[in-house]
Amino acid sequence: MILELENNKLEAGEKEAPAEAHDSMWDSYNQSAYMSGTRVGLDEELVRFISHEKREPAWMLEKRLASLKIYHDTPLPKWGPDLSRLDLDKITYYARATDKQSQTWDDVPEDIKATFNKLGIPQAEQEALAGVGAQYESTVIYHSLKEQFKKQGVIFEDLDVALKKHEALVKKYFMAAVPPSLHKFAALHGAVWSGGTFLYIPKGVKVDLPLQAYFRMNAKGMGQFEHTLIVVEEGAQAHYIEGCSAPRYGVDSLHAGCVEVFVAPGARFRYSSVESWSKDAYNLNTKRALVQKDAHMEWVGGNFGSNVTMLYPCSVLMGEHATADHLGVAFANRGQIQDTGAKVIHLAPNTSSNIVMKSISKNGGRAIYRGLVEIGPAAENAAANIKCDALILDPESASDTIPLIKIKNPSAVLAHEASAGKLNEDDIFYLRSRGLDENTASAMIVNGFIEPIVKELPLEYAVEMNRMVELEMENSVG
Amino acid sequence: MNILEVKNLHVSVGGKKILKGVSLKIEAGETTVIMGPNGSGKSTLSNVLMGHPAYQVDSGQIIFNGRDITASKPEERAALGLFLTWQQPREIAGLDLFPFLFDSHKALRAARRKTVPTVFAFKKKLDKEIANLHIQEDWSQRYLNQGFSGGEKKKAEMLQLALSDPRLAIFDEIDSGLDVDALKVVGQAMARFKTEKKSILVVTHYLRILKYLKPDKVIVMAKGRVAASGGPELALRLEKEGFAGLTGKDKD
Repeated sequence: MILELENNKLEAGEKEAPAEAHDSMWDSYNQSAYMSGTRVGLDEELVRFISHEKREPAWMLEKRLASLKIYHDTPLPKWGPDLSRLDLDKITYYARATDKQSQTWDDVPEDIKATFNKLGIPQAEQEALAGVGAQYESTVIYHSLKEQFKKQGVIFEDLDVALKKHEALVKKYFMAAVPPSLHKFAALHGAVWSGGTFLYIPKGVKVDLPLQAYFRMNAKGMGQFEHTLIVVEEGAQAHYIEGCSAPRYGVDSLHAGCVEVFVAPGARFRYSSVESWSKDAYNLNTKRALVQKDAHMEWVGGNFGSNVTMLYPCSVLMGEHATADHLGVAFANRGQIQDTGAKVIHLAPNTSSNIVMKSISKNGGRAIYRGLVEIGPAAENAAANIKCDALILDPESASDTIPLIKIKNPSAVLAHEASAGKLNEDDIFYLRSRGLDENTASAMIVNGFIEPIVKELPLEYAVEMNRMVELEMENSVG
Repeated sequence: MNILEVKNLHVSVGGKKILKGVSLKIEAGETTVIMGPNGSGKSTLSNVLMGHPAYQVDSGQIIFNGRDITASKPEERAALGLFLTWQQPREIAGLDLFPFLFDSHKALRAARRKTVPTVFAFKKKLDKEIANLHIQEDWSQRYLNQGFSGGEKKKAEMLQLALSDPRLAIFDEIDSGLDVDALKVVGQAMARFKTEKKSILVVTHYLRILKYLKPDKVIVMAKGRVAASGGPELALRLEKEGFAGLTGKDKD
């Protein structure tokens, strides 16, 4: 079995009696290891420390501890890329924002600085992305947008802040779509999550402009275990975009973020992300949307960088006529494994889904499409389309397609189409004969290949993604 | 003065010899036509002149504008002023025509150490050329050659020719896949190009394109060699006698 369908239990496993947490216990605790960000490994003390630091309500601490237990009891996935080189005892699971800021620009590796420069990102933003120095300054446009959101009742906050200001809402939805029992890294996330975004679109409200993470006041640099919680109420519409094409420079090499989206009846939501972690990172994100009657969910994603990426955004089509689109691009360069795909679970009649994935592998990189489409017994007349295209740029590189389809209702209509190819020599010569050098010509063809997905991104992200491809295509000779 | 001189060129592809000692000269500002039956090597010659990496030059030389370009990259040849219109232009999925045309133009201008135009100046130039070729206006919003009809593809080639401003243009079977109306537009564009004192090499199987373009010189190829050469009267003879009459045993 490739992607195990978990039961849709919303609880985080068995309840555990909350341990007594006296402030004095922490007062005497040697905090310096946390402060400097050098404290490695994971245990109950650390989980309690995080919750205490954030002054969280008791139920959140309970959830964290329950997740921690599941984490300890759950083995690593038996499928997918080899994770044996990931030493979970050597990871820093929590570092205060201040710790990150204590780093200086000089600590940021040269290759990342060079990429920032090539992408033309302003210095202030570069520093924020690298987790050093001042945060990216809020702009004038941000303030006017914020006023507009407020009038419409839109909540767009740091999740830590939302947990205090909108506790009941957060409690209702937090890890209800991605239960900690889903897999080992969901449980890990539940135990040590920190930072993130809360987005709430009230009933009937339509937000035209894409909401972007850096519009948030005091937006922090993306954390390793950030949690994005999005609730789109009945008939509402919005587009949220997260991430940046510039490589993110994290404190440590494991990223296990979580995105949860709740799309209420008749609502439409699009989640776009462009992720590019540093080349030594394990990027193990979990993204899941629960899609109700007549609602529509779209996932648009681009994945670059990382050592190993495992990412399969999931849509659970829970109500009749619910629909989902999954569009994704993955670029696997030297030493990288991009194990990405999609997961759609059809639980209701007349639901439909559409998956379009494009991958590029180069210099020995491996791009794997891994997907699951499941048609449940109640999903009468469900339809699913899957299309995967792979571009393999040289003989060292490889691509695999691992589609898993489980049908429990015979009325389902499924189509699966996969292609793999390499760059056409005549295409490259054609562009070169018009004055373009070999790298530029190849990058143009690769960008054309992913164009059907990139065109769904807001312009500035599309431009950055195209430049990212150009950078990945550089030095392809020799 | 010669704009192009090919000296005893031997070319093979995948170990198979295709050109077996081709020598020819093209005078600057003249129009030369290369004709020949299928398999004579005339399309190979076009590709080799432009530097297609799949063709191996075993011996011989290509001198362009006084410079040995036998080992030059395709983009270097383009920058020096060589342009090839393709018999079957490639369809590049997802590559927007406008940015491609602009990037190509900028690359050529930069390589020739000429000023690179702003996007607005380029758009103006593009609009003028588009009007000259009777191209519908929304063309630049499409992907490069994708879903273009045969005629649209050839017009797109002529558009790139005009934007690229070469010294020598090689037209490889430019008339294939064209209906009468498109042939007229393309033929007129070729004639316009000629009036700018440019050098032209027409590689063709048929004579119909010569209605728009009077050749100064005609070269007949057969079996990877030059079989005959002469003035415009050679084209007329070909029309009457066919290739067989000129190339001996060869049948078309």
